Amino acid sequence: MTEPAELPAPAPQPNLETQPFWDATAEGRFLLKRCDTCGTVIWYPRFLCPDCHGTETSWFEASGRGTIYTFTIVRRGQGPYAGAAPYVAAYVTLDEGPTILTNIVGCPPEQVEIGQPVEVVWHDTGEGSALYRFRPVG
Amino acid sequence: MSIRGKAHIAGIYEHPLREIPDRTLSQIHAEVALGALADAGLTLSDVDGYFCDATVPGMGGLSMVEYLGIRVRYLDNTETGGSSYLGHVGHAAAAIAAGKCSVALVTLAGKPRTSRGGNRGGMSDAPEGSFENLWGLFGAPYGYALAARRHMWEFGTTSEQLAEIKVAASLHAQHNPNALLQQVVTVDDVLGSPMISDPLHRLDCCVVTDGGGAVVVVSPEVARDLERRTAVVLGHGESQKHTDNGRVDLTYTGAVWSGPRAFEEAGVTQADVDYASIYDSFTITVMETIEDLGFCEKGEGGRFVLDGALVAPSGKLPFNTDGGGLCNNHPANRGGMTKILEAVRQLRGEAHPAVQVPDCEIALAHGTGGSLSTRMGSATLILGREDVR
Ligand SMILES: [Zn+2]
Repeated sequence: MTEPAELPAPAPQPNLETQPFWDATAEGRFLLKRCDTCGTVIWYPRFLCPDCHGTETSWFEASGRGTIYTFTIVRRGQGPYAGAAPYVAAYVTLDEGPTILTNIVGCPPEQVEIGQPVEVVWHDTGEGSALYRFRPVG
Repeated sequence: MSIRGKAHIAGIYEHPLREIPDRTLSQIHAEVALGALADAGLTLSDVDGYFCDATVPGMGGLSMVEYLGIRVRYLDNTETGGSSYLGHVGHAAAAIAAGKCSVALVTLAGKPRTSRGGNRGGMSDAPEGSFENLWGLFGAPYGYALAARRHMWEFGTTSEQLAEIKVAASLHAQHNPNALLQQVVTVDDVLGSPMISDPLHRLDCCVVTDGGGAVVVVSPEVARDLERRTAVVLGHGESQKHTDNGRVDLTYTGAVWSGPRAFEEAGVTQADVDYASIYDSFTITVMETIEDLGFCEKGEGGRFVLDGALVAPSGKLPFNTDGGGLCNNHPANRGGMTKILEAVRQLRGEAHPAVQVPDCEIALAHGTGGSLSTRMGSATLILGREDVR
């Protein structure tokens, strides 16, 4: 389900609102929250719906698919990413709606394009969680 | 003018718990906000002013308005320890009296009893934290590169067009003996500089400088007795743009809201602006802001900046005549102060003669804080020459 990272995979710092999300990543499941009141998909996961401000929300499992909204090639990494460049950081629009920050992996940086369909891959952080990254489909 | 009788406290809420180990700091802020608003018979959607201290999670109040799913016309993060909230009420009353907001929300939350180390607020506790800071994005340029790439894809904007902005700034900076970069550069120089974060080159980025600045604001009565020419504040607008529940659109900035508010208050239009200080952390910041302030249509920025449009004194929109953050100064990595200073120089007729806009009556100064790719606070000031009424 999760695989060794081809990029550094620093561990997240879950909080009381995001613990279920990060726990699911260890099993390769991408959880999203939906508002019980207005039906909006919520990103990032939190206590209330930022659209209607309702406080009843439910987790559901997302498809893990999306398209690249924009990207950049990072030329110099720092910290855990020292020596990892060049690599691609991007916004991906999930099929469920939200556009989220992530990395694009599984292809050379110069082949990444806006509009490419992508699917999630999980990179094990070694600390009971995995990072969601995306690779081009097909 | 006084705030006496100009504002009322309509709702209150005290969190009922005294130990809250099972909730985040952000959530407690949300709970007390919902409680006080319910007490007032209002909802979060009614809120157009937000006041909080510096211990909120994330960047000042920016992360909290995003978390709450609101955007306000007036944001105040004054930090004076335990007295902050009394101050906030006073500030809110003043803001309301001035017509800057009509429903002001003040929140406080903390977990000193059940939290050791965690939930201290600030960036280390930002609610968006691990969803944004694990992807190897270090420093400011990447966020602007993400925006620039999308602007190019949607509107056909080119690196050459972005470079024209740097060229114009450098033409101004050559006359500023204090500018960090005083050499005039060409489009080819910009494109030939090292790629920092695709598609932004080193010369698309502002300088990194020590330094600072200050302004003094006085009443009209005080101003009348002063020898020095002043600039009159004609209008102000502010806004926050954030990721809006995943509805990310990097082709515009918060200036789409702060600009109209300032223009309306000032009673002037884009055509009245003789000089503009435009926040220039990166060339793309300038291009999107020019569009968002209505100096051209959205997506037309790339064509607008051609043919010396930004070059003083004769361009159609003379900008950043001190050389701006791109060439002159970006003290403390915050370019807002210098934007005000050069606008005042222009209105006093005290810019360098080579770049002084003739008969400069109306100046605009715009600031963009945070990041173009996630959340930003935008502020627009419209200033007039002393004799403008
Ligand atoms: Zn909702």
